[in-house]
Amino acid sequence: MLIKLTGGTVYDPMHGVNGQVRDLYVRDGRVLSNPPADQRIDEEYDLRGKVVMAGAIDPHSHIGGGKVNIARTLLPEDHRPHPIPRTPLTRSGTGRAAPSTITTGYRYAEMGYTAVFEPAMLPANSRQAHMEMADTPIIDKGAYVMLGSDDYLLRMMAAGKTQEEINGYIAYTIVAAQALAVKVVNPGGISAFKFNQRNLDLDEKNSYYGVTPRQILQTLARGVKELGVPHPLHIHGCNLGVPGNMQTTLNTITGVEGLPIHLTHIQFHSYGTEGDRKFSSGAAQIAEAINRHKHVSADVGQIMFGQTVTASGDNMAQFRNRAFATPNKWVCMDIECDAGCGVVPFRYRDQNFVNALQWAIGLEIFLLVEDPWRVFLTTDHPNGAPFTSYPHLIRLLMDKSFRDACFERLHPEAQAMSTLKSIQREYSLYEIAIMTRAAPSRSLGLSDRGHLGEGAAADITVYTPHDDKERMFEKPDYVFKDGTLVAKNGRIVKVTDGGTHTLRPGFEKSVLKPLRAYFEQFHTVRLENFRVSDEEIVNEGRGRVIINPLRAGSRG
Amino acid sequence: MNPATAASPTAKSDTRTHTSVTCPFCSLLCDDLEIADRNGKLTVTAGDCARARTGFEREYAVVSPRTDGSNVSLAEAVAAAAKLLRGARHPLFGGLGTDVAGMRGLLALADKTGGIVDHMLGDGMYRNILAMQDRGWIMTTMTEVRNRADVVVFANLDAVSDHPRFFERNIWNADSMFGLPTRTRQLVYLGDGLNTRPGVSPDGRKPLHLKNEPERLGEVIGALRALLAGQRLQASTVAGVKVAELMKLLEIMKGAKYGVIIWSPPRLPFASADLVVEAICDLVKELNAQTRFSGFALGGNEGILTAGAVCAWQSGYQLRTDFGAGYPEFDPTRNATARLLENDDVDLLMWTSTFLTGHTPPRTKAPTILLAPPLRGLDTRCAVYIPVGTPGIDHRGQMCRVDNVVSLPLHQVRESALPSVASVCNLLLQSL
Repeated sequence: MLIKLTGGTVYDPMHGVNGQVRDLYVRDGRVLSNPPADQRIDEEYDLRGKVVMAGAIDPHSHIGGGKVNIARTLLPEDHRPHPIPRTPLTRSGTGRAAPSTITTGYRYAEMGYTAVFEPAMLPANSRQAHMEMADTPIIDKGAYVMLGSDDYLLRMMAAGKTQEEINGYIAYTIVAAQALAVKVVNPGGISAFKFNQRNLDLDEKNSYYGVTPRQILQTLARGVKELGVPHPLHIHGCNLGVPGNMQTTLNTITGVEGLPIHLTHIQFHSYGTEGDRKFSSGAAQIAEAINRHKHVSADVGQIMFGQTVTASGDNMAQFRNRAFATPNKWVCMDIECDAGCGVVPFRYRDQNFVNALQWAIGLEIFLLVEDPWRVFLTTDHPNGAPFTSYPHLIRLLMDKSFRDACFERLHPEAQAMSTLKSIQREYSLYEIAIMTRAAPSRSLGLSDRGHLGEGAAADITVYTPHDDKERMFEKPDYVFKDGTLVAKNGRIVKVTDGGTHTLRPGFEKSVLKPLRAYFEQFHTVRLENFRVSDEEIVNEGRGRVIINPLRAGSRG
Repeated sequence: MNPATAASPTAKSDTRTHTSVTCPFCSLLCDDLEIADRNGKLTVTAGDCARARTGFEREYAVVSPRTDGSNVSLAEAVAAAAKLLRGARHPLFGGLGTDVAGMRGLLALADKTGGIVDHMLGDGMYRNILAMQDRGWIMTTMTEVRNRADVVVFANLDAVSDHPRFFERNIWNADSMFGLPTRTRQLVYLGDGLNTRPGVSPDGRKPLHLKNEPERLGEVIGALRALLAGQRLQASTVAGVKVAELMKLLEIMKGAKYGVIIWSPPRLPFASADLVVEAICDLVKELNAQTRFSGFALGGNEGILTAGAVCAWQSGYQLRTDFGAGYPEFDPTRNATARLLENDDVDLLMWTSTFLTGHTPPRTKAPTILLAPPLRGLDTRCAVYIPVGTPGIDHRGQMCRVDNVVSLPLHQVRESALPSVASVCNLLLQSL
């Protein structure tokens, strides 16, 4: 089967293609630059006047795992106004902030997204995270496994184990949890909360282990690098949401000795304490630090106004935030001496000073970070806003007059505290293609996704250009997943099952013996049952394990 | 390593022994069992308890699929069931005692046929879900209880009747991660008529037992909350317990480094029990202003947490969801099995039960399709009976544990020709 995509205007930043008119060919789910001259073309799409990009990649979206299911259960009021009827082709579902898995897969595909990554998979909950993602159709999935408040790591660090020994444990956990990368959430803080510490700053010791967040960050960032994990340590830092936390973030940037790091939902970590209300934007300083430190990348975690729900592994921060719960109900959990979670419904309001400034801070960071290869487009779904607000967010980035009009509706004191209106920058289509395709693909090490070069997976999205970028991006004309047309004009036309992106860093077998004994002595699951098998992912042919290569030259 | 080999069989003559086997017969999902398989006859040789023995060692009768009492082939039974499903206006998918794959299959059928899903233990579950959806909660998991809890309060339950190994695995464990001397845990029972012997520590320490009238648990919790808020009570006893005793209990709870209060939704069988659960959860929240305290709901047998979790991620709602409108609608009162059957609100019952109880569907005028293992003495008088295997015995699977966080692989521990619930559902979906 040979498909020809004729005459589209292609944006493929991985190959420096910036709006050039090109023909593309697809055979057996792969992009082909030059098909044999004698091969018959089975299908042709006339894409003259259309914009062609690789399928979009969301590197940080809470789509699967226990805390998402808690959010779904907690909020029937999120679902009732948003029913999705079944059709002869598609299953029914519900929801907006915490949609059902099946609906999540459809909505992402309809928006031209073909790979989405769950950023906070607890080792103890990894099987369920994968089961939920298995029921998320069409798109590829993957997950970052959460370390940093787990007893085994902290106990190793407290006992002065070598980096080499710790690396073995990190590698084992990545493999056992079927993860693609490693995330740390409030390093050591989730554990500290269980010992009744209510805050934990970068150099503050966990009261039981005597280990500081800075030490955890350094150990994990070094381990990730030495193991050859392509994506740098994915960091949800200390003091989420706390006014003044920009100093912690700046210290985190300079405190990892130049090791590669990714700072996630950095908007929530960019707050100063200036002004009458002791809450101000730290975006300029944070963006300046990112511009200066090339080992740092970030995603924004933009907020949008309206009802959503925040679901985080950071139970310490979420417990602190409980007073803001709207509606007034919230869940916190301590989990398996391994991790935790907190689910707090939230309604961001443009007439609330803090919320309005949060909105402006996110956009300031987007616009002040110069290199689109190091800042990714996220709302930290659903924490800042549901992922369905991406087209609106793209318009805010690409259209200054629209952005200014929105800004003028904010709480006036928030307007006075923001420089947003003075920023002239408008993102180009090429830059949008970088931050939603090429950059996350490169950062995650997905060799055959996020671009349209020879041999790339044929995940392709086709848009009709429009002055209103929100309209342009919300309903692409065509979405191909692995060469199959799955959505047309924003409607699903075929339901497929995506794969699961994983990584297989090596570890010595000697890692297993003490770990097995530890599990039997202290835990409530045996090591062999903790591990998620390939067969469970493959799930009788519905799923597929994609093993991505380690970074070249690594010791893994 | 796949789940089948994780339960690594070692052959000795004609007996195969499987180790690290997961037990699906209560929601603790203990995974340290050893099962000996001698030509299909199973024996629990390690990690056993009454429920595991009953479940693993039960014998199947040789029963074929049946329609209206006559033996038929699987294909004929599936065709008959599909015909009933096609003709049904509003079917109820009840029982729901199955694994993740089985629940996925049943939900696909419910979506396609416009049916309702509810579990056989749905009444208990909704004491929890309603409380959670109203106020939220702070909860913990088994490994946290095992290693961290220095005060454990059992509210109207003995824990062992429904979860026989609870104390062995989570209370009297020899070692803990943080050097907590587990024998000195302070245990407290609330409620008269409980078996508190398992709560006596290995070195003979007795638990505190406040013998409140069980159905008045809510008053005890309310009094504790009032005392915690600094109120003085005018009463001298509450629900049969002296206020002085309650004050003593409150001091124990406030003094905990990490306290846990445990309740069992099915063990609160009285009106408005959801409000009692809500009060317990609010008490826990209030205690966290100063110290750390968590809740732990010890229910979840017969696969209800698995059924609820899969339904929540696939539809957005927990069980008692109705797909009749063409999309999911959630109503825990209207969509309760007993009410639906009593009012003839459904015209077909498809009942699934593969674990320990509930193999006989409730009586109803509606024709019934039954999916259950071919147990000796099973009443198969219904429109269609399809014998199925037990997940974790006859085929592999996955289930969610009591704490709603951990899920485990189930292993196949003997040769079996019985189809899984999931495979029967797939056959039905293809026939619709």
